[in-house]
Amino acid sequence: MDDARTHITDYKTYAFIWACLLALTALTITVGAMHLSRYSVLICLAIASCKALLVLTYFMHLRYEGALIKGVIIMAILTLTVMIGLTFVDVWYR
Amino acid sequence: METINDKAEESRVGYKGAKLGMWFFLITEMLFFGVMFMLYSVNRYKYSQAFHIAALDENLVIGSVNTIILITSSFTMALSITAIRKGNKMLSCWLQLATIVMAFLFLVNKYFEWSVKIRNGIYPASPALLQKEKGEVLFYSLYYVMTGIHGLHVLVGIGVISTMLVFTLKEKINTESFVKLENTGLYWHFVDIVWIYLFPLFYLVT
Amino acid sequence: MNSFYTNTVPRQGLAAWMLSTDHKKIGIMYLAALLLFFSTGTFIGVLMRLNLISPGTFMGAQTYDRLFTIHGIIQIFLFIIPGIPVSFGNFFLPIMIGARDVAFPRINRLSWWLYLAGAGLVLASLFFGGGALDTGWTFYAPYSIKTRTNVSLAVFAVFILGFSSILTGINFVTTIHRLRAPGMKWHRMPLFVWTLYATGWVQILATPVIAISLLMIILERFFGLGFFDASKGGDPVLFEHMFWIYSHPAVYIMVLPAMGIISEIIPVFARKTIFGYKAVAYSALAIAGVGYLVWGHHMFTSGMSDTARVVFSFITFLVAVPSGIKVLNWVATLYKGSIKLDPPMIFALTFIFLFSIGGLTGLVIGALATNLHLHGTYFIVGHFHYVMFGGMGMSFLAALHYWFPKMFGRMYGERQAKIGWLFLFIGFNLLYFSMFVLGFNGMPRRYFDYPPEYFTGHLVSTIGSWVLVTGLAIIFRNLIIAIFKGPQAPANPWGGKTLEWQVPSPPPHENFGEIPVITSGPYSFE
Repeated sequence: MDDARTHITDYKTYAFIWACLLALTALTITVGAMHLSRYSVLICLAIASCKALLVLTYFMHLRYEGALIKGVIIMAILTLTVMIGLTFVDVWYR
Repeated sequence: METINDKAEESRVGYKGAKLGMWFFLITEMLFFGVMFMLYSVNRYKYSQAFHIAALDENLVIGSVNTIILITSSFTMALSITAIRKGNKMLSCWLQLATIVMAFLFLVNKYFEWSVKIRNGIYPASPALLQKEKGEVLFYSLYYVMTGIHGLHVLVGIGVISTMLVFTLKEKINTESFVKLENTGLYWHFVDIVWIYLFPLFYLVT
Repeated sequence: MNSFYTNTVPRQGLAAWMLSTDHKKIGIMYLAALLLFFSTGTFIGVLMRLNLISPGTFMGAQTYDRLFTIHGIIQIFLFIIPGIPVSFGNFFLPIMIGARDVAFPRINRLSWWLYLAGAGLVLASLFFGGGALDTGWTFYAPYSIKTRTNVSLAVFAVFILGFSSILTGINFVTTIHRLRAPGMKWHRMPLFVWTLYATGWVQILATPVIAISLLMIILERFFGLGFFDASKGGDPVLFEHMFWIYSHPAVYIMVLPAMGIISEIIPVFARKTIFGYKAVAYSALAIAGVGYLVWGHHMFTSGMSDTARVVFSFITFLVAVPSGIKVLNWVATLYKGSIKLDPPMIFALTFIFLFSIGGLTGLVIGALATNLHLHGTYFIVGHFHYVMFGGMGMSFLAALHYWFPKMFGRMYGERQAKIGWLFLFIGFNLLYFSMFVLGFNGMPRRYFDYPPEYFTGHLVSTIGSWVLVTGLAIIFRNLIIAIFKGPQAPANPWGGKTLEWQVPSPPPHENFGEIPVITSGPYSFE
C-alpha cells in the first residue's frame, strides 16, 4: 500500500488521459447528434462511464490505491444501484 | 504542554487515514448526487417524449465548452500535485491558479446560460413554463436543481483550491506534506465526474 | 486525581469544554444535551397522552398535530439517532481500541457544534414563520409543501443534524480502520466497536439521501419545482421513497449500537464469554446491509406496484434473521453463566424482552395482508415504541448504568436504580402494550380525537405514561445525586475485560500511559 504514497504519476500520463477525455467528449457529442433515440441514452451513458473511469483510475489515483478504498467506492455504487433498482421495481410495474 | 489533540491530523492517522476519510466524504457526495440522478431517471422514464423536446432547447455549445473547461481544470489540478511532489512549488501554484480560473469561467458560462433561460421566461413555476407539458416542467426543474447544486460545489471548490494555493505559497503544503492538496484534488475530480454525467443527460439525450 | 476533567489548557470553564476536541469531553457534553432533549420530547409525549384521555379540553387539533410532530423530531433526530454513537461511542470507542482519540478530533468537535446548531434551528422553527410544523416527523408531500407552518426551518435543521451524523460516521469508521492498538485485530475488537463500525457505514451511505429529500422539500416550498406535485406531473410517492430510503436504515443507526452494548454487558454479568463472537459481529453487518433493501414496507398502502410490495415484504422477513441470531447468542451466553442482576444487567435483559416483542410485531406488519389492516393505526405506534424505546432506550439506560462509574468516577445507588426500573418497566408496558390492542381494533394514529369505544385503551395507556415518567424520574434523580455525592468508584467495579476497565475512573486526558499491546479477545472469563 506504500505504492499509493511513493508513486508519482508523471505529467505525460496525465496529458495522455486528458487527450482521451477530450476525444471521448467529441465522440459523445457526435453520437448525441445522431438521434439514435433510446440507444443514444445508453451509448452516451456508457461513454460517460468510460470518462468517469479514466478520471477515477488516473486523476484520482485509484489505480495505485489498495483494496480498502476500491471497496469503499464499490459499496457506494452498489448502494446506489440497489436504491435506484428497487425504486424502479415500483415505478416500472405500476 | 502539547496534547495529542494539537498534533496535525496527518501525523496521527497518517497519510492513509487522511485519504481514507476524504474518500468516505466523497461517497457521501456520490450518494447525494446519486439520489438526484434517481429523480432524473424516474422522471425521464415517465416523460421520455417531453424530456427529448426540452433537451433540444439546451445550448449545446455552452454545454460542450463547459465540459472541456472542467475536464481541463481536472487535468491542471492533477498536474499541480505531481508538481509539488517533485518539489516544483511555483509550477504547482500556477497550475492551481489555472484550475481556479477555469472553474470561474465555468461559472461565468453557467451564469450566461441561466440568464438567457430566465429572460425567456423559463424558470421554476414561471407562467411560461407552466404552460408547457408536465414532463418539460420537471425537466427544467431538474435542470436548475442539479446544475445549481453542482455549481455550488464548483464555487466551494474555488474557495478550497484558493486556500490550498495560499498554503502552497506559504509552504505548509510541500514535498513532504501534500495530502491536503491531494484530497482537494479528489474533491475537484469528483465535481468533474458529476458534470461528465450531467452533460449527456441534459444536453445530449435527444 | 488527574483525570480528563482537570484542566490542562489555558482556556477556562465553558470554553474549555465547548472548544475541546477531547472525545471524552465531547461525549459528556453530548450526553447532557441528549438527556435534555429526551426529557423535552418525553414531556411533550405526556402532554399528548393527556389530550388523549380528554380530547379537546385543553388543546385544539392543530396543536395536537404540532405536538406529535415535534415529539417525533426531537426524540428521533435529537435523541435516538445521534444517541449512543455520540455519547458512549465518542467516549469509549477510542479507549476500547487502545487509541488516544478519534481519527479527526476537530471534525468531531464540528459534529458537536452542528448538532447544537440543528437543535437551535428546531427551537427557532417553533417561533417564526408560521410556528411549529404539523406534518408529522415524516414530512410527507404534498401537505408539507402546502402547509403554512414553518416546515422549511425545521427541515433545514434536520439537514444540519444529518450532516453532523455523516461526519460522526466518517470519523468512527476511519478511526476503526486506522487507530487500533498493536495486536487489536478485527476479531479481537469488542462487539460494541463492531456495531459502531456497521452504524458508521449506514450513516455515510444513507444520510445523504434524506439530505436531498429535505432539500427538495425546501426548494419545492420556495420555487414550486413540482417533483412531488401531481398537478405538475410529479409524484408524492417518490418523496416517500426518498424519505424512507434513509429513514429505514436510520432505525438501524438507532438499534445497532444498542445491540452492541447488550453484547458488552451480557458476558460481564454472566461471567462468560460471548457465545458465537463472529456470528454476533457479522450479524451487525448483515443487519446494516439487508436493512437497505426494506424501506418499501413503510409504503405498502401508498400506491406502489404489487411487484414492489411483494419484494419489499419478502426482504423484510429476511432482515429478522440476523437480529434473531443476536438474540439467540445472547441467550446462549446466559445459559450456564454465573448471572449477577446488577442494574446494567437488568436493563440489558429488559432490552432483549422488549425488543423481541417489538421485532415480532414487526413481522405482523411486514406481511402484506395484515399490514393493510394495521397501517396507520396505533399498532404501528406500539411497534416502533417497543423497538425504539424498549430497544434503544433500555440499552441507553443499560449503558448509562454500566459506564457511569467509569465516566464520572462515582457509584450510584443500586436499590434506587432497581426501583426506578420497576416503575419504568410496568409503566412502559401499560403505555405501549395497550396500543397494540387499540390499533388492532382500528384506532388510527395521529388522531386528536376518537369514538368512545377506544377510551379504556387510551386511559390505560395514559396512566402507563405517568408510571413510566415516575420511573424515569427515580432513575435520573439517583444518577444525578451520584454524580455529586456518590462514593468513589474503582477502576473496574464490574470485572469487565475490555480496555476501558484497565484505565482509571474517570480516565486521564490521554486515555493510556502507554498504548497497550493486545494479545487476546475481549471476553475471556473463566
